[in-house]
Amino acid sequence: MASEKYDVAKHVLVPKHTKLSEEESQKVLDKFNVTARQLPKISKTDPTIKELDTKPGDVIEIERKSPTVEKTKFYRVVSSA
Amino acid sequence: MEKVYKVVEKITFGLLSPKLIKKIAAAKIVTPELYDREGYPVDGGLMDIRLGVIDPGLRCKTCSGKLKECLGHFGYIELARPIIHVIYAKTILNFMLCTCKECGRASLEDAEIEKHVQRLKRYEEQNNADAFRKYTKLVRNLAKANKKCPHCKAKKELVKIEKPTNYVMEEGNKRMFPNEILAWMERIPDNDCYILGCNPEYSRPNWMIQTVLSIPPVTIRPSITLETGERAEDDLTHKLGDIVRINQRLFENLNAGAPEIIVEDLWDLLQYHITTYYDNEITQVPPARHRSGQPLKTLSERIKSKEGRFRHNLAGKRVNFAARTVISPDPRIAFNEVGVPTEIAMELTVPTRVTEWNLEWLKKFIQNGPKAYPGANYVITSDEKKKKISPESQQQIVDELVVGQIVERHLIDGDISIFNRQPSLHRLSIMCHKIRIFPGKSFRLNPAVCAPYNADFDGDEMNLHIPQTEEAQAEAESLMEVQTQIISPKHGLNVIGCVEDAITGLYLLTKEISMPKDEAIQLLISIGVDKPERFRKFKENVSGKEVFSAILPEDFNFVGFSKEYDGKTVGDPEKTAGYVYVKNGKMMNGVIDANTIGEGNGTLLRDIHRTYDTVTAVDLYGRIFRLGNAVLFKRGFTIKTSDADMLPEVETKVRKVVEDALSEVDGFISEYKKGNLKPMPAKTVEATLETQILHKLNKARNEIGKIIQRSSNPTNSTIVMAQCGAKGKVLNLAQMAAIVGQQALRGKRVEKGYRNRTLSLFKENDLSPAARGFIRHSYKKGLNPVEFYFHAMTGRDSLMDTALRTPKSGYLYRRLANALQDMKVEYDFTVRDANQSIVQFSYGDDGMDVSKTDNGTIDVKKIIEGVRGE
Repeated sequence: MASEKYDVAKHVLVPKHTKLSEEESQKVLDKFNVTARQLPKISKTDPTIKELDTKPGDVIEIERKSPTVEKTKFYRVVSSA
Repeated sequence: MEKVYKVVEKITFGLLSPKLIKKIAAAKIVTPELYDREGYPVDGGLMDIRLGVIDPGLRCKTCSGKLKECLGHFGYIELARPIIHVIYAKTILNFMLCTCKECGRASLEDAEIEKHVQRLKRYEEQNNADAFRKYTKLVRNLAKANKKCPHCKAKKELVKIEKPTNYVMEEGNKRMFPNEILAWMERIPDNDCYILGCNPEYSRPNWMIQTVLSIPPVTIRPSITLETGERAEDDLTHKLGDIVRINQRLFENLNAGAPEIIVEDLWDLLQYHITTYYDNEITQVPPARHRSGQPLKTLSERIKSKEGRFRHNLAGKRVNFAARTVISPDPRIAFNEVGVPTEIAMELTVPTRVTEWNLEWLKKFIQNGPKAYPGANYVITSDEKKKKISPESQQQIVDELVVGQIVERHLIDGDISIFNRQPSLHRLSIMCHKIRIFPGKSFRLNPAVCAPYNADFDGDEMNLHIPQTEEAQAEAESLMEVQTQIISPKHGLNVIGCVEDAITGLYLLTKEISMPKDEAIQLLISIGVDKPERFRKFKENVSGKEVFSAILPEDFNFVGFSKEYDGKTVGDPEKTAGYVYVKNGKMMNGVIDANTIGEGNGTLLRDIHRTYDTVTAVDLYGRIFRLGNAVLFKRGFTIKTSDADMLPEVETKVRKVVEDALSEVDGFISEYKKGNLKPMPAKTVEATLETQILHKLNKARNEIGKIIQRSSNPTNSTIVMAQCGAKGKVLNLAQMAAIVGQQALRGKRVEKGYRNRTLSLFKENDLSPAARGFIRHSYKKGLNPVEFYFHAMTGRDSLMDTALRTPKSGYLYRRLANALQDMKVEYDFTVRDANQSIVQFSYGDDGMDVSKTDNGTIDVKKIIEGVRGE
């Protein structure tokens, strides 16, 4: 623990983040009829996606728990800032 | 005036160059005089009629428009010496620090300058104003850091600002005059300007030092004529007069070759006047005043702050046809009505177009005139002339009334109005009501609509507006009328329901009252139910349930639960206790209480709203409300001090519970003192003790509440109100009758006061209930002084808490509402902002419209049953 850095993505309270492939992200954009700029953003330095090897413009899929529906999917686009 | 329609594509802000100022000017101002001896504006004076006219009868010399046709024209004056513009004093300093005094070049190498130009041009093309601004700041800092001019190798002049408008060289503390600075700024080449953040196309640094001054049109600084016939000039005109006068003197002195000291003095004076002309609230400058000592209101004071143009005139709208007065309750009018005093009805009017069908009817209004109700105040003739109705003109107007004219008649019953109570926090704060005219001076409203307005009758005032066109009236009626707002958009529950007396009345009616046939019929007729076929079915003695059933439609079915329901028993709705069952418009089982007809959870009301059209539903609601009140009128209902009396055996029981609890608490304390108390998880021993004591004492109080409830007489009115949910809780009665209980300060027992004790009459570290705010007496018996003191402590605390929290949370809500105001659920259920950017991918994750649900849930089974007709 002392030498290794703790990976926050493994924490129980952090929902599952996955990087979408080109086609998958295009599907998401088509489904909601938006450009990547209109999706919510996530910083490229966000600790939860540090291990995902992302570049600005990638779409991240987040599977969250919800009080109204068991699970929901949320999408965020990696921003350069 | 000719109208021009164009689409605004972009707006650029810039400075006026001296050339432009002269170009837009209609006149050059040369004299401080305003009027000649005849009172006619002087040519070349500040009120020159080339700048527009403010007197009726005169014509503008520039555009030949009359008053109100001519919007006014700018003029200018030539300043004898250059003057620093206060607002740009800092910007000028920035340019001085970034450039060389000798050659005027920015203190950067040519190659570097070229690089910055390219980069900034790119930002400009991308329309990226933020990056542009950030980058120019960076360039300025680079230039400032350079102490030597790379072009002419001269040493950089370091300049300080002496507020507000004087510049001093750091070396030798020598003052730098505006004409020197002007020459310096003129030397800065266009490209160098550009990289320092000043686009030379629109503004150049030398324009920040003024050589000519633009004079605003007279129309923005009109003079007013006092009753005495004297003319009072606008503050701006006064200020401009000072400027022109000093400027003239400076010119004369310069021409006469006056000594430098005199010239400098006048120059500084001119600078002062022009500075205060722009801004009269600069800290370092004494404000220019009237002769009365009151400071002048000059340009920036006209614009900024709460009384300025934006917040006062542009954001703050005023309307006509509005009224405001105190509100008072009237349960006999419908909840979609508002009682309006005759006095107000005669002032507010509705424009009514004359047609061949209403001609005779409207004539009667005019004949009544403006002073009798219902009358009319104005008639607008077919050629759009407004005629005031007066005793003299009355007869003529009646005779001349033809189809097509408009009569502004007084309000009458049934007119449309918009009713509002501030703060207007949600949609339901502004609703449409139909008008009912009443004598008196207050607005009357049905207590059932207090909840959405958050109104009470302790002196609240409300506003009333009268829509003036048929379109507005129709829109208000169909979108904003109270019956369209019964279901709240935030949770799908009804915000309008029975309150207080109406609940008690219906509860008593359906629970215990029965009456002879004639009385029942009388009662129903008095609330507007006239159904002979139903009355015929009544037997000699009519039960309350039958009376209630008589107001329900015959095809109405309902299954619900009253407050008695234990929450688990499932059984035949016709027999099981706690069920409320209506079959084919006939009440079979249960009692009506707050759970079925109250506001916020009136399940019966909601089913009515869902089953029937609005007209039927509103009619039904009105009948339900009125029946409840009428029953109570007929029966009579009162609370009395003996409601809080206890039977001797109950009193003994209560005393035993209290004493048991106290001795148990004593046990806890002695255990703690001995050190035997085991701490609860994540708590210290002290905290454990506190929790245990609080728990025990609260349990005792709840137990006493139950005892009181069980033992009380069913005719006890206080209990009746608590049971049906009309007002109060059993706990309140228990506090009156048996025991007030533990006083809590911020969720804890009372701890404050002296060192280790609450009051000086206790020993230090006394943890007993009595020393920590436990009140074992009842309100009726009276509190002892110590108890009274603790009670006052918590009372004051909660008073302060509400007084401080209301404005805090109100502002918080306002900010939240402003931040979220353009969020919208789109057709694909995504929540998006004004840029169409997604905020949530499906509204509430499930895409459900909350206003169509029962507090966020949908009972699918009920829908299926409804469809299958079960």
